[in-house]
Amino acid sequence: MARLEILKTYKIYIGGKFPRTESGRYYIAENAKGEKLANVCLSSRKDFRDAVGAARSASGDWGSRAAFNRGQILYRIAEMLEGRKAQFVDELQQQSVSKAAALKEVETSIDRLIYYAGWCDKFQQLYSAVNPVASSHFNFSVPEPTGVVSVIAPQNNSLLGLVSVIAPIIAGGNTCIVLGSYSKPLCVVTFAEVLNSSDVPGGVVNILTGKPEELAPYFADHMDVNAIVCCEKDAVLQKMIQEKASLNMKRVILYDSVNWQGEAGQSPYFIMDTQEIKTTWHPIENIGGAKAGY
Amino acid sequence: MAKAKNNTLKLKFDSARNYAPAPESKSVAKINPRYDLFINGKFEKPLSKKYFATINPATEEKLSEVADANAADVDKAVKAARNAYDKTWKKMPAKERAKYIFRIARIMQERAREFAVIETLDGGKPIRESRDFDVPTAANHFFYYAGWADKLEYAFPNRKAQPLGVAGQIIPWNFPLLMAAWKIAPALATGNTVVLKPAETTPLTALKLAEIIQEADLPPGVVNIITGAGATGAAMVNHPDINKIAFTGSTNVGKIIQKAIAGTGKRATLELGGKAANIIFDDAPLDQAVEGVINGIFFNQGHVCCAGSRLYVQESVAKEVIRKIKDRLETLIVGDPLDKNTDIGAINSKEQLNIINRYLKIGVAEGAEMYQGSGSIPSKGFFCKPTIFTNVAQSNRIAQEEIFGPVLTIQTFRTDDEVIEKANNTPYGLSAGVWTDKGSKIFNLTTKLRAGVIWANTYNQFDPTSPFGGYKESGYGREGGLHGLYPYVRLV
Repeated sequence: MARLEILKTYKIYIGGKFPRTESGRYYIAENAKGEKLANVCLSSRKDFRDAVGAARSASGDWGSRAAFNRGQILYRIAEMLEGRKAQFVDELQQQSVSKAAALKEVETSIDRLIYYAGWCDKFQQLYSAVNPVASSHFNFSVPEPTGVVSVIAPQNNSLLGLVSVIAPIIAGGNTCIVLGSYSKPLCVVTFAEVLNSSDVPGGVVNILTGKPEELAPYFADHMDVNAIVCCEKDAVLQKMIQEKASLNMKRVILYDSVNWQGEAGQSPYFIMDTQEIKTTWHPIENIGGAKAGY
Repeated sequence: MAKAKNNTLKLKFDSARNYAPAPESKSVAKINPRYDLFINGKFEKPLSKKYFATINPATEEKLSEVADANAADVDKAVKAARNAYDKTWKKMPAKERAKYIFRIARIMQERAREFAVIETLDGGKPIRESRDFDVPTAANHFFYYAGWADKLEYAFPNRKAQPLGVAGQIIPWNFPLLMAAWKIAPALATGNTVVLKPAETTPLTALKLAEIIQEADLPPGVVNIITGAGATGAAMVNHPDINKIAFTGSTNVGKIIQKAIAGTGKRATLELGGKAANIIFDDAPLDQAVEGVINGIFFNQGHVCCAGSRLYVQESVAKEVIRKIKDRLETLIVGDPLDKNTDIGAINSKEQLNIINRYLKIGVAEGAEMYQGSGSIPSKGFFCKPTIFTNVAQSNRIAQEEIFGPVLTIQTFRTDDEVIEKANNTPYGLSAGVWTDKGSKIFNLTTKLRAGVIWANTYNQFDPTSPFGGYKESGYGREGGLHGLYPYVRLV
């Protein structure tokens, strides 16, 4: 008799742990032919709230880590993903992506993580400035993380899209709560396992599965979320998000027509979308008009 | 143990300290009895046929009357701006665009005294501030951004910057000319055209700026300046042919704007309210720190979004600092804004004075101790004595809400972590101040305070090269410096 396969339970990822949704709800993920792949958590508003709590708790430590350290950790994610390449190719294929396309998607995802790992300690230098003010002050401006970011990830490219939105957010020192692809959730959850085994502190990335139309209002109006990234093209949804975001002046970032597969799917400008510019002033002593001279 | 000797000298106020009046002459201020809307390079009568008065808040005398633009007037101004964008401005070589902006800066420098006097008459701020800060900084802002116009390819690595189109800009009454400069200069440098609305209580310097724009021979329609109140601003925000809204004002109105433009694709820069913490550690040079606190809260009557309105003093020096602040209050001269001796001018409007007075009552009702200096204030016009509150709780409304007046709350703290937490415990995040002699402590604080501008051992410094703007509910986007270009461009 053939060996009976162990089926995987697909759970969500909050604060470095893998709970089931508190709601007990699930939906059935299917492939293109309508065959059942798995029971997947249908996350609730309360799951999101828990995830925001985890993201906020993690935000102080993650944001103040050395940029070099964040780079090391992003690189580590890529290493872990490389090691589990076959699993991701397999899951993408289960979700009706061709083998060649699946392989390309996984490899591009790994390379994208390497790309942003390298940016962690460089983008600040590009987008900082020492400002030549006219008064006797030293003045400089640097980017700092916006804080906690809620993300509605792309529906297609369920792995590459997910990686492409998470990487610049955490490279810049933010923490996030991400709603993965509804229709292709398998590698969304498996990517959480990669994060969990790659030195990313719990709470830095929290991953939910569920319906964008159900959860988007909460992603947009939670008062302890500083920015929202939305990859849905639905104009009604976008408008609702922008309206609700105004409750606490969330920064709204819409990636509704980015081609994640190409070069246009990566740039330091994506990092800057969830950064704030801080300007610091300090006087320069100027006593007695003494001049430097040799 | 011997009692520590207090060798700080207390200022004596019993001797006569009256200054002879030193008023600036009003004769340089040429104010027309009536101003129309500046649309397409000409002053045009409003389609609304309505006008409203603008008064001198220090005397309550009418200075002039200005047009009240309605939605049809806004539409006319936007059409002029669109036309100028399509036909002239976006096609003009960048270096030519630059030269127009340089011209504006130069003419403003030439007419600086006239502008300073009008700014003080219309808004109530001390002539010393309008003369030495508002007007020169406004001119410098144009000068700074003029130079960017033909250098944009260096500003955004690996990208090309394109203008957005027509920018609708709505500015507040606290720094009328300077805010107009902050808005118009980067918009023009990046190739956008502009419809600007000054605040209804301070429209005059913006209309005088329209004269400069005529004098500079800027192509008609590139800058349009229309006057009106909230309804005019709303018509701009909702106009379908505006690509970008730039607003400086209250957080409440900022939220309304963000909501109103949802789903329209309009971009926005919002510079909103603040409730800045100004933090004094026990190792700070206290006399300097006290000067910084005074400047931080009483500059421009406290009508400053980044005003240092929450003072946190380390417990061990609190008594001394509070005494020094009280002493300093005695020396502040509240009075005629045109007098060069005046430190604190008139509150901008009766409405604002009412708001401030309401907060003073709230503060007292909440149990805080109010203290005002013994100096007098003029009987006519809108004035408020500089005020401090001690015995303030973090949850008090006067410590949480933006008052936008000369009102300081004082609280104490013991440890660095405690004060960081208290300072960040606000929905705002515009600015903060830190006073300490220890460099490492400065950087600990400046990195942990969640605010867009941090002043260490100084306060309320501004410069055209220095980006300004907030975190959290203080808005988004930056004005000033290289970072101030970004909100006016599309990167391709």
